[in-house]
Amino acid sequence: MRFVDEFREPELISKAAEEIRRLAGTERHYRMMEVCGGHTHAIYRFGLKDILPENIELIHGPGCPVCVLPMGRIDDGLSIAQDPNVIFAAFGDMMRVPGTQGSPLEHKARGMDVRIVYSPSDALKLARMNPEKHVMFFAIGFETTAPSTALTLMRAKAEGIRNFSVFCNHVTIIPAIRAILDSPDMRLDAFIGPGHVSTVIGCRPYEWIARNEGKPIVVSGFEPLDMLQSVVMLLHQLRKGEAKVENQYKRVVPWEGNRAALRAMAEVFELRPYFEWRGLGFISQSALRLRDTYAKWDAEQRFQVPGIRVTDPKAAQCGEVLKGVLKPHQCKLFGRECTPEHPIGALMVSSEGSCAAYFNYEHRKASMVNSLTSIA
Amino acid sequence: MCLAIPGKIVEISSDNKESALVDVVGVRRRIDLGLLQDDKPAPGDWVLIHVGFAMSKISEQDAADQMNTLRMLGEIEVAVQEAEGYGLEDVPEDANENSREHAQKDIQ
Repeated sequence: MRFVDEFREPELISKAAEEIRRLAGTERHYRMMEVCGGHTHAIYRFGLKDILPENIELIHGPGCPVCVLPMGRIDDGLSIAQDPNVIFAAFGDMMRVPGTQGSPLEHKARGMDVRIVYSPSDALKLARMNPEKHVMFFAIGFETTAPSTALTLMRAKAEGIRNFSVFCNHVTIIPAIRAILDSPDMRLDAFIGPGHVSTVIGCRPYEWIARNEGKPIVVSGFEPLDMLQSVVMLLHQLRKGEAKVENQYKRVVPWEGNRAALRAMAEVFELRPYFEWRGLGFISQSALRLRDTYAKWDAEQRFQVPGIRVTDPKAAQCGEVLKGVLKPHQCKLFGRECTPEHPIGALMVSSEGSCAAYFNYEHRKASMVNSLTSIA
Repeated sequence: MCLAIPGKIVEISSDNKESALVDVVGVRRRIDLGLLQDDKPAPGDWVLIHVGFAMSKISEQDAADQMNTLRMLGEIEVAVQEAEGYGLEDVPEDANENSREHAQKDIQ
């Protein structure tokens, strides 16, 4: 309960925690997956694990776009930017993610023109400012980010900007949830649904999880109180043996999503037949590529792409951690070969990955306590 | 990247209705309103901004709550960096002229 006093509404937090303990009882063990990496980060940062009773276990899902991107895609993107005429533009989160020959930042140190952008529209602006160069935007993200890339491409097309392209790695959340539910060692009771992805796709796409799989799902906000309320809502359903989609984050997420954003995505993107996810393998219809009408702005069509495939080291057990079979620290490499400074597995590469979050908050805390005790 | 930062619409551009100047974590920057075509915001409205695009309209209270979450997550500094666009963003008013001149020089 160490963080409770820092919260904005400590009484409400304590009340929600009490309600959770009452509903959870002691007889049953509950396994809930938070799909979104933003939630994973918040759970560790806020110390929510210390607030929840022991029989509620949070499993950290696949919703960290940097983590699930295969290393081969980074290599492919960087190989295009070996051309001195090409500017490699990407979000800040991508900069330290290792490819086989190093991260984008390390390539920059070796002379590659690598730029951090906050927005795909800033990458397009770079193209306007550098007409003699070609700007390739290395796009990553779920449905939260994909509409912004789509709209940027629509603007590039409308303005006839030809020195701009997108290397598209956008992925979609539903097939990843399906892959997790389909895996034989899956043992989940319920889902905490992603908040910001749902502002775009709404709540309907989750209905099959409740209807066909019999698992409750609650779309949740990111504040500590939001997440505790979502757990309360899930427990209510589980105790009654119900499975429904509920929306805890109504103040931001409309049930139908954002139609303008979905229109932009439909105009620009189509589904890839399959796409590789780090830790989960190939998942059919789980990623987006540019439609033929946007071929002139598609880096994969404009440039030679080597199509590099890098298999994750066998010893890394990212897949088991992603499916909730193992906790981050139970992986053989955790905290030894694989750390946030030198990530080997997918889940260690971003602060939203479950291993990095666990390392930064739990592992460091534990080692600090250990070293203090040894000094004493 | 996954940060959603609340911002207050200061002014809608006169030459481009899908571009707005917003106040976001104490920084002024231009954002794209194209994803809110069906529910257009007006000056004074609060929006949740993701990678430079307004994603949804929110209330002032929700904006304050969201700022509080960012603060508790230790993400304010990153949010400011992002809003500043890593040096790419036009800063309005006087400085704006300079960066436009820069951009033009680059193009020439």
